[in-house]
Formats: sequence, C-alpha cells, structure tokens
Amino acid sequence: MKIDWAAIGSVFGVSLVFTVGLVAVFTLGVNGLVRREKAAAQGGSAGLALTGAYVCFAACAAAVAYGIYLIMAKA
Amino acid sequence: MESFSLILAIVVVTALAFDFTNGFHDTANAMATTISTGALKPKVAVAMSAVLNLVGAFLSVEVANTISKGLVDENGIRPEVIFAALVGAILWNLLTWLVGLPSSSSHALMGGLIGATIASAGFGAVHGDVLVTKVLLPAVAAPIVAGVAAMLATRFSYGMGKNADGEASRKGYRAGQIASAGLVSLAHGTNDAQKTMGIITLALIAGGAIAPGSNPPTWVILSAGLAIALGTYIGGWRIIRTMGKGLTDLEPQQGFAAQTSAATAILASSHLGFSLSTTHVVSGSVMGTGLGRKGGVVRWSTATRMVVAWALTLPAAALVGAGAEAVTDLGDWGTAVVAVFLVGSSAAIWKLSRRQVVDHSNVNEVDETEPAGVVTAAIAAVIPPPTAAAEDLAATIPAPAGAEPASATQAAPPAAKV
Repeated sequence: MKIDWAAIGSVFGVSLVFTVGLVAVFTLGVNGLVRREKAAAQGGSAGLALTGAYVCFAACAAAVAYGIYLIMAKA
Repeated sequence: MESFSLILAIVVVTALAFDFTNGFHDTANAMATTISTGALKPKVAVAMSAVLNLVGAFLSVEVANTISKGLVDENGIRPEVIFAALVGAILWNLLTWLVGLPSSSSHALMGGLIGATIASAGFGAVHGDVLVTKVLLPAVAAPIVAGVAAMLATRFSYGMGKNADGEASRKGYRAGQIASAGLVSLAHGTNDAQKTMGIITLALIAGGAIAPGSNPPTWVILSAGLAIALGTYIGGWRIIRTMGKGLTDLEPQQGFAAQTSAATAILASSHLGFSLSTTHVVSGSVMGTGLGRKGGVVRWSTATRMVVAWALTLPAAALVGAGAEAVTDLGDWGTAVVAVFLVGSSAAIWKLSRRQVVDHSNVNEVDETEPAGVVTAAIAAVIPPPTAAAEDLAATIPAPAGAEPASATQAAPPAAKV
C-alpha cells in the first residue's frame, strides 16, 4: 500500500496558506471599511483606508475567480 | 436508447433519487454557516445553493467520465448491482438525515457499491489498499486539514479585526460568507451531480443501452442536475441545524473563516488529486473555527456522534447494499421486493421525521433537550448505564430492617423490566 504523503502534505499546506492569507486580506479590507465608517461619522474622510480596502477586496475577488476557474478547468 | 429494459429504468430512477438525497443531505455543507450567522435568509440560501449546484452540473463531465470509464470493469457489472448499491446509499442518507447528522454521501455510495460487489463477486473484487488510500485516509485527513486552517484563520481574523462591529464589518463579512458558500455549492454541483451522471451512464452501458466509452447523454446531465438542485432546495434542515448551531456557536467572522477554509480545502484537494469529502471538510472547518475564537466552544458530544456516523457510513451502506444484491439475485421478483422495501422504508423514515419537523422557519432554534439520536440510542442499548446496574443491586440486596422501603420500591421497576 502506497500512501501519497506528498499529496496530503501539499493539500494541507496549500489549504492553510490560502485560507489564512485570504481571511487576513479580507479582514484588512473590512478594517479599512470600518475605519472609513468611523471617519465619516466624525465628518472626516479616509481615502487611503478606502483605497486599501478596495485593493484587498479585489485580491479576494481574484481568488474567487481563480476558484471558479479551477472548478471549470478540472472539476 | 432502443433497448431500454425495465431494470434499467428502475436503476435510472433510483440513481436520481439518490442524487436528490445527496442534494438535501449536502445543503448544509454550503449553507449551514451562512444560515446560522444570518448572512442569508434560510430560503434564499438554499435557493442560491440549488442554482449553483445546477450550474455546476453543466460545467464539465470530467468526474462522470472517471466513474463510467475505467473505474470498474463495464463488462462485469450488472444493472442489479448498481441498483443494490444505490438502495444502500439512499437508506443511509435518509437515516443520517433523520437523526440530523452530516455524513458523506460519497462514502454511502461507495459503501453500497462495495457491499453489492462483494455479494455479487466475492471479497476478491474489492481492492483493500484502494479503499484505505482513497476512502479512509481522506476521511481522517479532511477534518484535520480544514479544521487547522479554519482555526488559524479565525485566530488571525479576531486578532486583526478587534473593532469588528458596526454596519461596515457586518456587511463585509456577509458578502464574504456568501461568496465562499457559493464556491462550495458550485464545487459540489460539479462533483456530486456528476457522480450520479457517472452511475447512470455506467448503468446504461452495462445494460447495453449506449456504447461503452460514451459521454453521458444530455438527458442524463439535465435530469441529474435538476435532481440535485431540487434536493438542495428542499434542504436538509435537520443537518443544517446540526452543522450551523449544534457543533459550535458561530459569529459572522467565524462563518466566513470556516467557509473560506472549506472552499479552499475542497478546491485544493480536487485540484491536487487527493479528493476530500465536502461533508468532512466543512464539519472540520466548523469545529476548527469554534476552537479558534476565544471563548468559543465545540460541543464534543455532537462531534462524537458525527464521527460515529462517519465510521458507520461505509459498513452500514455496504451491509444494506450486500443484502439488497443478495435479494435481487433471486430473480425479478427479488428486485421488486427490494424496490418495495426501499420505497417503504423511505416512507417510514419520512413519517418519523414528521414527528418533529425541522424546516426553514425553525432551523436556527436549538432546543436544549435534544432527543437522543438513533446512534446514541443504539450505543445506550448496547452498554447498560451504570445506574441501572446499581439499582439492580440495591433491589436484590435485601433491605436491612428499618431501611427506607421507599428506595426498594423505587428500584423495583427497572429490576422488573430486566
């Protein structure tokens, strides 16, 4: 019996890195939005935070698009 | 399609029925976290999942082809064997749904196939090492992989976003959850609807209705996609409740972390050729996220019942599959008996489920006095609780003079029952 440890290991590693990375980026994006919300409540603006948030969400959208690509390509 | 025999028609209908149970069994995988955190209304969530499952069914026929081409010898397999396998898988799916436990539909199907094959061709026809590397190992690896990823992601997310309340963050996590749940639904459609397509195609080839090596006919793709979508839309609310509320209490951030980890693990595993069961992945990630939040709890009693159900899935479905195959072997009337048995037990399980209805209106309400599931009940029946033994003892030892007679009379009924 041959157990494919390499496959298990790579699934584990990829899942871990991608999940933590994605959640971290997304949380950054949400933090940006929260900051903007707070700034807006105080009458200020937070252009940098908002731009950062959009960059983060764009990265997440790209990850979702890649996921859909994987589903279509291999399935 | 010129020679479309009765048994073939029965197999196709049964396969679609399995597809249906697969759909409503696995709605929870995609939508339980979304529903329990309130990101989507229950009805909206299952509708979205159903549509994505349907879309997923049309994306490719790759998985269907691996089942219908080459996995088993097309010459050796008879439609009756496939029918028996499906009976085992459907009954196990319904039973686990009744007790509200998520268990892998693929394992149920494989168990049914293994049992039916053993009954038809003996133990030699099953490859033990394939069983271990393709079925048992992934079942252990999946919850660990997804669980650890979800736990770390949850830690991270809570560490970074301490000020995570307010309208902006609520909206943000809501969108994130919907996106990742959508990905899981889509992946589920491409994988699981296609398993049924593969099975139907295999039966058609075995029955001589289409040439070996053909792609699934269009009507097979369409009907399999519709069956799984309909099942998803009906919604296995009992399982959704267990997954979304029973294992742990989920906050939106956790729901997002869990579902992202599940989507990633499912896609990574199928892309890297080490297929993991959606059910195992999602259960693991939900537990992981429960462990990742400070003050989060995992209800290990529910988790234990779930793991017991996972361990039983393969042998139980195999047993039913083997029994069904043995009966169909007796002739056409045997097949009829099995078909009647399948319909009868399905109706009985449905009737039992009506005693305590769980649907979209009460899916998020958890009653604390959750009735003991069949699995727990079975365990309880095998292992007599220690208190009963103690009472037994008390009843047999003559009460010392002057001792309260009340205790003796209290102990009497259980002793009489034994």
